[in-house]
Amino acid sequence: MTNKLIVSPSPHLHSSNSTVSLMRDVIIALIPAMAVAVWFYGLHALMLILVSVVTCDLTEYLIAKFLMHSEKPLADPSPAVTGVLLALNLPPAAPWWIAVVGSIVAIAIAKMTFGGLGKNIFNPALVGRVFLLVSFPVAMTNWAFTQTAMDFSAFGFGPQVDAYSGATHLAIAKEGLAGGASLSQIFPQGQFTWDMALLRMGGCIGELSAVALLIGFIYLLARRVVKVTIPLTIILTVALISGIFSAVNPEAYTGPLFNIFTGGLLLGAFYMATDYVTSPMTTKGQIIFGVGIGVIVMMIRYFGAYPEGVSFSILIMNCVVPLLNKYCKPARFGKEVNNG
Amino acid sequence: MTTTIICTVACLVALGLFFAVILYLVAQKFKVEEDPRIDTVEALLPGANCGGCGNAGCRAFAEKLVKTGDLESCFCPVGGNEAMAKIAAALGMESVEKEPRVAVVRCQGSPDKCVRTNVYDGYASCKVVNALYGGETGCRFGCLGLGDCVSACSFGGGVSINPVTHVAQVDQDLCIGCGSCAAACPRGIIELRARGKNNRRVYVSCVNKDKGGVTRRACTIGCIGCGKCAKVCPFEAITVENNVAYIDYTKCKGCRKCVAECPVHAIVAENFPPMPAPKPAEAAAPAAAPAAAPAPQEQPKA
Amino acid sequence: MKLKTFKIGGVHPDDSKLASEEPIEQLPLPQTAYISMAQHLGAPATPTVQKGDSVKVGQVIAEASGFVSACIHSPYSGTVTAVEPHADLAGNMVMHVVIAVEGDEWLPEIDRTPDIRREITASPEEIVAKIKNAGIVGLGGAAFPTHIKLCPPPGKKAECLILNGTECEPYITSDDRIMREHTEEILLGATIMMKALGVSRGYVGVEENKPAAIAALRSFAGKYPQIEVVPLKKKYPQGGEKQLIDSVIRKRVPSLGLPIDTGAVVQNVGTALAVYEAVQKNKPLIDNIVTVTGKCLPKQKNFRVRVGCTYSQMLEAVGGMPEKGAKLISGGPMMGKAIVNPEAATLKATSALLVLTEEETRRKAESNCIRCGKCADACPMGLQPFLLSRLAKVGGRFDELEQEKVFDCIECGCCLYTCPANIPLLDIIRPAKAQVTKIMKSRPKK
Repeated sequence: MTNKLIVSPSPHLHSSNSTVSLMRDVIIALIPAMAVAVWFYGLHALMLILVSVVTCDLTEYLIAKFLMHSEKPLADPSPAVTGVLLALNLPPAAPWWIAVVGSIVAIAIAKMTFGGLGKNIFNPALVGRVFLLVSFPVAMTNWAFTQTAMDFSAFGFGPQVDAYSGATHLAIAKEGLAGGASLSQIFPQGQFTWDMALLRMGGCIGELSAVALLIGFIYLLARRVVKVTIPLTIILTVALISGIFSAVNPEAYTGPLFNIFTGGLLLGAFYMATDYVTSPMTTKGQIIFGVGIGVIVMMIRYFGAYPEGVSFSILIMNCVVPLLNKYCKPARFGKEVNNG
Repeated sequence: MTTTIICTVACLVALGLFFAVILYLVAQKFKVEEDPRIDTVEALLPGANCGGCGNAGCRAFAEKLVKTGDLESCFCPVGGNEAMAKIAAALGMESVEKEPRVAVVRCQGSPDKCVRTNVYDGYASCKVVNALYGGETGCRFGCLGLGDCVSACSFGGGVSINPVTHVAQVDQDLCIGCGSCAAACPRGIIELRARGKNNRRVYVSCVNKDKGGVTRRACTIGCIGCGKCAKVCPFEAITVENNVAYIDYTKCKGCRKCVAECPVHAIVAENFPPMPAPKPAEAAAPAAAPAAAPAPQEQPKA
Repeated sequence: MKLKTFKIGGVHPDDSKLASEEPIEQLPLPQTAYISMAQHLGAPATPTVQKGDSVKVGQVIAEASGFVSACIHSPYSGTVTAVEPHADLAGNMVMHVVIAVEGDEWLPEIDRTPDIRREITASPEEIVAKIKNAGIVGLGGAAFPTHIKLCPPPGKKAECLILNGTECEPYITSDDRIMREHTEEILLGATIMMKALGVSRGYVGVEENKPAAIAALRSFAGKYPQIEVVPLKKKYPQGGEKQLIDSVIRKRVPSLGLPIDTGAVVQNVGTALAVYEAVQKNKPLIDNIVTVTGKCLPKQKNFRVRVGCTYSQMLEAVGGMPEKGAKLISGGPMMGKAIVNPEAATLKATSALLVLTEEETRRKAESNCIRCGKCADACPMGLQPFLLSRLAKVGGRFDELEQEKVFDCIECGCCLYTCPANIPLLDIIRPAKAQVTKIMKSRPKK
């Protein structure tokens, strides 16, 4: 025999799973949402996505290479995932430097300081976004999108953007309610229409279309990249709480459908809360995690200062994940008996 | 306005006093009486918490030492005689001198001598390989070169894997003889031996218990248990058991007769001046010195 | 209809049952045979022959030594040329009886006719004694002496027998072929074991990817109504004893318990065939069915192989080591052992010789754990491999490892198989498990 035999402990096969393939799948799943964003907001959205991805990749590369002396910096596309998610969480009118600052914060502070992929406590994209929200509140809540020179209309296509500009529905509701108006006065056509869920959701560039987000999520489910537990429990909790509150006082509290389809809840539930690193590992923990996010989102929306709250609630629940991992054990095979 | 400030200050002061009293009471109730000498001893220890003495850290060692007062069995290999003398003085006891020890690696199976027969492709841990099979070479006793000893060493590079020979090597200047590496080696290749005068020591650098022929097929520098060394030793320091020779360092006087006699050059003499006869000079560079020597004795095998 | 399977964990490796349509062939006898004395779990057998003795096929050449042990019979006729240590497949030295094969002369009491003897005359005690004397061990992989399993410890009562025809390991097809070619013998073997255990219910668990075997077994349903064929959903490690009991009778073996605690006794279909041959035809366990397979091989075969021929000889029978072949595995790709020494002899419980290419088997570079929890989802015992490996890696945290029930690990390899970061979870956990089990055993019992 010419070749030396390879010897290793069993098993001798490996599944096709790899960190690279999983991360790639997440990016693929986000393509519909990105496409819708670019379609509606034009090249500016594309620019924001590209700037975020490039900055994230570059930041990770530089830190891994020169600070951590890693042999293989950028071994997987996880910074790109962070970049895409961060960009999708920006308002359409955000200037390019916002994306740069957010990306650097996300990767450098929220991820690499903890030791890189797998070691961070908080979802990097959300840390980036919340940093921006707190530091640049005006720019980050400026939903008005004015057409720029980079719009596709130059190429003869693209929608009428002004139809979607203005404050988000949640912000409108919050301000209106604070001003003493009732919901039926604020939304004379009803607070929720299906057509708004499909395509016309104002807000961040990634929140435009619930359908696009759902398509991507179904892809992730089909590829067994994520499990349905976390998003499902978040959505059910939000639906339950808002259902109860709006049933009690439909004029002061927004309803379930309105809450599910606004404020980036789907984007957060499908793609941010399911982030492997910062979510619990066992089903039991995932259920608690999801319920916690749902409850906190609704508390912020109904009683808090911010109109939204998905980012904050996920970050808050991220803190609990180590505890959940410690105390929520999977179902064991067989009860223990004393056999001695 | 003033009332508010006074109120606040008064509240905080009251709270502070309240907690101070509670803390004081708790501290009194749970006070642990400790022999003050433990602290004294601990302060004199190197504080590496290496576990080389067999205790869980320096504190545990100090506790044991103070409790038993037995300087004979409690010895800090890191601090050595110097630290132990200071401790003995602090405790008002007679100090016990111990011969300093050093780890030696009893294997020279570099790829040129001990041919690799297969490729290991699993978790890089000697323990795992040892549990799985005989290892990448034909020798099932030799150094696996995956560095369980290296990660066990708390003295920055006391043990390392030689990149050329793929065999563990000890840096005698860094090694303090704590024995962590010897305990970590699943094959018992690393042994703690007396440092010897001027760091000069002689040992059999092989632990292969297979019969001579089997050993010979696996490795050209492995002990074949021929017993020539035992016969030539004037001090009866060498015994051959299970087809492998062993030199008792308490008896060995370092005459190096065995080194010259060994047909496979498995006996290593470290830090000696060169002898007239050809011999392996130093274990740390086995590739260099024996290169000339093994050539003639490889012929009878072929 | 929804097929049964076990509830917790499991993975779905690619089937690769390449040799499922290859009928069983007899492998030619070797010239020199090496019979290992460590054929089974437990104490190695003690040789009863010496150099120069002439032996016949079926003659006892080694006695069981100790309670968990089994005797060994000569699979060949010829002369004993040596009783000496030889390297086994892992390169460890094990005592072997070396036989120079001359002719093929069997002991006269062995019935070599192909007739099927259906009448079971032996009493339960006689059956157990015959199985013990035939040196039968579990052919599912662990090679646990069968007669011990057929005598439940005092206070435990067997309620049913489950035949393991799942063959959940990819590539292996020997059990499939046995079920198709020796259907009635297996069912008879099961009936014999049920008589020995005094139970009236029997099951054969077969995974759905073997429809021909299921059909063959079902065609005898009228003749053997007490044995139910249970088709199972394909999922690894269904063939694990605990998983199979969960799949078939929905009972779970308690942690630290034995399968008998659920009232079930599990035997492999190959063992059933061996039991039939031993009890009805006086043939001791001297051969078994071995699949020689691999995608890089020009042909794949199922051989009836006498114990003690070498792996390299089996490889020669399918055309030798292919150029791309990089790893030889005795057994399946999930739990089989990598072969270091192809000149090592096959054992009673050798079920397959698998050849993998470097591309198929080479481990990929390890990266950071991304805490996806896939290992915990895949673990059929409901453990948390990521946690166990972390504790094991730190070293010395045996109390925590025990709390996390590392001793429940069945070493199926699902965690390592599924890990996207290619962390060698099982490699790390295995020694820790051994250590914890050792510590637990050394503890005085209450």
